[in-house]
Amino acid sequence: MRVPKTVLAGLAAASLALTGCSTDDPEASGASAEGDGGSSAEATPAAEGQADGEWFVRADYERQLAQRDMQPEGDESKPWLQAIEPEFVDTAKYKKSGAQTLCFSNASVSNPWRVTGWITMQQQVDVYKKSGEIGEFRVSDAGDDDNKQISDIQAFIDSGDCGAIIVSPSTTATLTPAVEAACESGVPVIVFDRGVNTDCMTTFIHPIGGYAYGADGAEFLVDELEPGSKVLALRILPGVDVLENRWAAAQEIFGNSDLEVLGDEFTGGDAAKIKDIVTQYLQRGDVDGIWMDAGDGAVAAVEAFEDAGQDYPVMVGEDELSFLRKWKETGMTAIGPAYSNFQWRTPIEAAVRIWKGEQVPKEWVLPQSPVTDENLDSLLEANKDMPSLHYAKFGGEDLPGYPQAWKDRS
Amino acid sequence: MSHPATSPARTNRSAAVGRSALDLFAGGSGTVFALLIVVLVAITFLNPSFAEPPSLMAFLRNAAPLIVLAIGQYFVIVSGEFDLSVGSLVGAQVVIAAKLIDGEESRTWGVIALMLVFGLLVGLVNGLVTTLLRVPSFITTLGMLLILAGAVRLWTGGAPTGALSDSFRQWGRTGIDMPVVRQLPYALLIAIALGVAAVLLMRAPYGRTLLATGDNPTAAAFAGVRVWRVRTLAFVLSSLMATLAAILIGGFAGVSAQVGQGLEFTAITAVVLGGVVLGGGRGWVVAAMAGALTYQALERLFTQLDMPTTARPALQGVIIIAAVAYAARSRGHRPPPPAPAETANDPVPERVG
Repeated sequence: MRVPKTVLAGLAAASLALTGCSTDDPEASGASAEGDGGSSAEATPAAEGQADGEWFVRADYERQLAQRDMQPEGDESKPWLQAIEPEFVDTAKYKKSGAQTLCFSNASVSNPWRVTGWITMQQQVDVYKKSGEIGEFRVSDAGDDDNKQISDIQAFIDSGDCGAIIVSPSTTATLTPAVEAACESGVPVIVFDRGVNTDCMTTFIHPIGGYAYGADGAEFLVDELEPGSKVLALRILPGVDVLENRWAAAQEIFGNSDLEVLGDEFTGGDAAKIKDIVTQYLQRGDVDGIWMDAGDGAVAAVEAFEDAGQDYPVMVGEDELSFLRKWKETGMTAIGPAYSNFQWRTPIEAAVRIWKGEQVPKEWVLPQSPVTDENLDSLLEANKDMPSLHYAKFGGEDLPGYPQAWKDRS
Repeated sequence: MSHPATSPARTNRSAAVGRSALDLFAGGSGTVFALLIVVLVAITFLNPSFAEPPSLMAFLRNAAPLIVLAIGQYFVIVSGEFDLSVGSLVGAQVVIAAKLIDGEESRTWGVIALMLVFGLLVGLVNGLVTTLLRVPSFITTLGMLLILAGAVRLWTGGAPTGALSDSFRQWGRTGIDMPVVRQLPYALLIAIALGVAAVLLMRAPYGRTLLATGDNPTAAAFAGVRVWRVRTLAFVLSSLMATLAAILIGGFAGVSAQVGQGLEFTAITAVVLGGVVLGGGRGWVVAAMAGALTYQALERLFTQLDMPTTARPALQGVIIIAAVAYAARSRGHRPPPPAPAETANDPVPERVG
């Protein structure tokens, strides 16, 4: 208890100095993820050379970027049934007749993107309930808890009457054994959204991916901004693969460009924090472009420019409606990368196909394309009655519950 | 809590007054002002433009909601309790406002009145469950946090709908245009007004009773204080402050699904940083407000330092613990008024009395 005051004060000062210094030292900041662009004290983007890190696999990056330009197979008016470079697998062994019980282990509905998709999925299930393919739709929501999801999946296996098990994994590595156990139980397993480290499932459904998402925005900034322009990156949180991949791709592209990355900040998707951080950067100097790893709170970022009396930046948002409406209203230069929300329909379609014994793609890669100036108006028109936290590319316009189910959000 | 208890039967108003006046100096509240000045100077040193009036105003506008929350949390903590429900309440209030206003200007004031009533009810439930049903406030308000978060999710299906009107948003977003500072934020004026009101309230009989209750509820009860009423009112004040903070936060940044998340701990941290003692009975409301300002300034300093965002929470934790430890030490070395003065080479200073 007799610690001199000076020691305490010194401790605080030392810790401040220590962490302050570490920003100038790429070794130190490189310890976390692949070293974020926060080390911009040297004014040159730090991404180059560090990019091949924990969250960056060059082969995947290049494949995803290439997939953006490929023509997907299938009907263009039903993107949730399209597939890029599909390799079909035979499902005759799962062929069943009559109404089946469909089991779905959901990671959570903890953000508006998942809520939107979840509504779409339920509407799609209703269609197949009416037509007699699905008898019961059994759902467990893990509330973002890995352990709960593992026991949810086990409960489906133990019940023994699931005609198929759909899993939207909460995290990749932890859920892998649970998905493997589901595969071993002999029922068809369908994984979508985030992946798992196994290929035992009958089909893995996902849009092109995080690298393509991050690249869409970063390339747009590189194209629209003059060399030497300053870009601020806003990220939700570290350590989530889908988000880290987006940022890794952006770093790769910024690193090979003449743009200056002012910094990258974690915001938790909190609008107040986003607005505060952008305001601070504006006080320190010009910001010409904003890159975001998800569109949550993009409007708050734009408002920070308005309130500071500055010109709009070149903006990377998402296909979320509040952002699209703000974009239209202000006429700013923007792009809305989309992580195709319509993917929530596909697992239901896949289950029904499998029960019919029809082939499905082993890896079902759905198309993924951003909102641009060209399709902004038509998407806004199509979604004009939708609430602001709805996602334009939800792909449920032809379902019977449209538009009321999405309007009411329940 | 370890404050040497004065004889319960003899506690009276003037003793409470004397103690609160002494606490002003002995309560370690000086630390927070020192830290605030150090942090503000550091920010200005790193970025001289921070000291320019418009930039300072933007900082204060952003800090205002936390200051308001800290005032509310101060009342509860100084009475010896916790209020963990404020973050959820802020979130719920913003979502309610957006859903009910739905972009219609004419509904603004009606909805604000409704929000205040709702805030009052939440505070009343928190207070009565804690005091009359004797559920520890940590549990009561944790339950309220979950209830509000769950109810909002149930009501909105997980994605808030509707929109706030401009006349609602102006309180958190705009201000009075004037030269030099460019714009004097309404949020700052509201925070100052509430701060002045809180200081006056703490000097009024209620404030003295509140401090006495937090210091020693048994003694206060013997002295004729209706402890349950004093504490319930503290919870009501906290919820009302959270409602006002919600108006400012919603106004500043609009509706999002994450609004309010984690604010309860930020508010408690701010209050503790202000030298207010957990467990009650000691602390100055102005220092709690300074704690909120310091918390915001620290966040700003980290941004200015270009510090890796991953390292910030850890450093923030170190600074907060160090600051509170420092404040606690300076308090420990000052002889508490009724106890015999201890000397510096006293082997076991803690157990005097």
